[in-house]
Amino acid sequence: MPDNLLEIRNLHKSYGEVEVLKGVDCSMKQGDVVSIIGSSGSGKTTMLRCINMLEEFQGGSISIDGQEIGYEMAGGQRRRKKEKEIARQRALTGMAFQQFNLFPHMSAVHNVMLGLVKVKKLDRDEARTIALKWLDRVGLLARADHFPGQLSGGQQQRVAIARAIAMNPRLMLFDEVTSALDPELVNEVLQVIKTLAQDGMSMLLVTHEMRFAYEVSNRVIFMNQGLIGEEGNPRDMFHKPQSERLAEFLKTSGFS
Amino acid sequence: MDIVHFADVLWLARWPILKGIGVTLSISLLAICCGTLLGVGVGLALTYARAPLRWIVRGYTDFIRGTPVLVLVLASYYVLGTIGLDLGPFQAGILALAVFCSSHVGEIVRGALQSIPKGQTEAAKAIGLTFPQTFAYVLGPQALRQVLPAWVNTSAEMVKASTLLSIIGVAELLLRTQELISRTFMSLEFYFFAGFLYFVINYAIERFGRYVERKMAVPS
Repeated sequence: MPDNLLEIRNLHKSYGEVEVLKGVDCSMKQGDVVSIIGSSGSGKTTMLRCINMLEEFQGGSISIDGQEIGYEMAGGQRRRKKEKEIARQRALTGMAFQQFNLFPHMSAVHNVMLGLVKVKKLDRDEARTIALKWLDRVGLLARADHFPGQLSGGQQQRVAIARAIAMNPRLMLFDEVTSALDPELVNEVLQVIKTLAQDGMSMLLVTHEMRFAYEVSNRVIFMNQGLIGEEGNPRDMFHKPQSERLAEFLKTSGFS
Repeated sequence: MDIVHFADVLWLARWPILKGIGVTLSISLLAICCGTLLGVGVGLALTYARAPLRWIVRGYTDFIRGTPVLVLVLASYYVLGTIGLDLGPFQAGILALAVFCSSHVGEIVRGALQSIPKGQTEAAKAIGLTFPQTFAYVLGPQALRQVLPAWVNTSAEMVKASTLLSIIGVAELLLRTQELISRTFMSLEFYFFAGFLYFVINYAIERFGRYVERKMAVPS
């Protein structure tokens, strides 16, 4: 078993002419909770999306548990892995999205069950038991049979988190999960993430909630113009920023 | 008494009319079924196929949708024969209607699939679903709900378009009606009655569509 749960080396990603990731290196150990901060356009969401191949990337490598994600070398040529293999690798990570992306035609419990039944091939009873357990963990057992349209934003996001985590991923990716929520609903979601962190779940969060990043993570990465500008433990990062850029960013994002 | 007289004539003409209704219903049903099957394929190709195939299908739908149904009917009966595909009027008519139906259903399906937010596919991918699974459990069911009203509409159009097969001699409801008129000279009464029957068929389709829509509605 390799040391690092996640290992990103020299990650390059461009949209046409525009290079958004310019050689990112980053690693995580099991149980790490890492927050990625930075201004919009700095590449933090893109980096997160490369980890589960929602974005293609042109250079560098990403591996989880030593397993290369998305691409392989064949005869000296870098080649995209087969779709089926990529689908299997995606299940190594779970992801929660800014817009929740629950399946609107399924009740909460069926949203959580879908991956368990179709990807993990569990039988429906077993899947249901696991789904209900996780809905309970996010405080929504009573809403199991509600449809997304009948839930508040905060509740939808908690179901979405349950859907991802029920798949028992090695690593959870959170992509600005509170950005689309009304202010009074932010806390219930952050609370759920916090309990998951305390349970030892490895996670990587892109967030604009500086206070939360400070409290929940054991490491913070500041991204700037497609590169990692600075990284370290939250205390140093927030109180003694080394670079001018980070100091300025913290000031404008209201962390004090 | 005109009404009583017409009722008498109608009773005598019941078999040709019933046969006409039967033929109209079979034409419509076959055309809708074949057209829908083909149309779903067309819609999938328009949405997901790679460039050369997608262009070909795009050309097919644009060409068919830009052509009057009557021209399609005449072409499939008279022109296909000259290239060795000799179809009877019934088969030729159904082919023309099914092709016409497929181009409309194709566009409806494409529209529905493209209106589903990208986040749905991404969320499905993120839990490890393959594309066929994503389509079967996430995109398909959502598209189906969107497609339904427009599809019911197209189905009603197909019933109406089936009257065009009277031109190539398919003894459907309209042709039967015209035959009865030429025998009885009661044109107003019989056209009115035929119109009423078409209305009943289409109204039934519409009610059925509404019913299915209600059944499948997602609570919110």
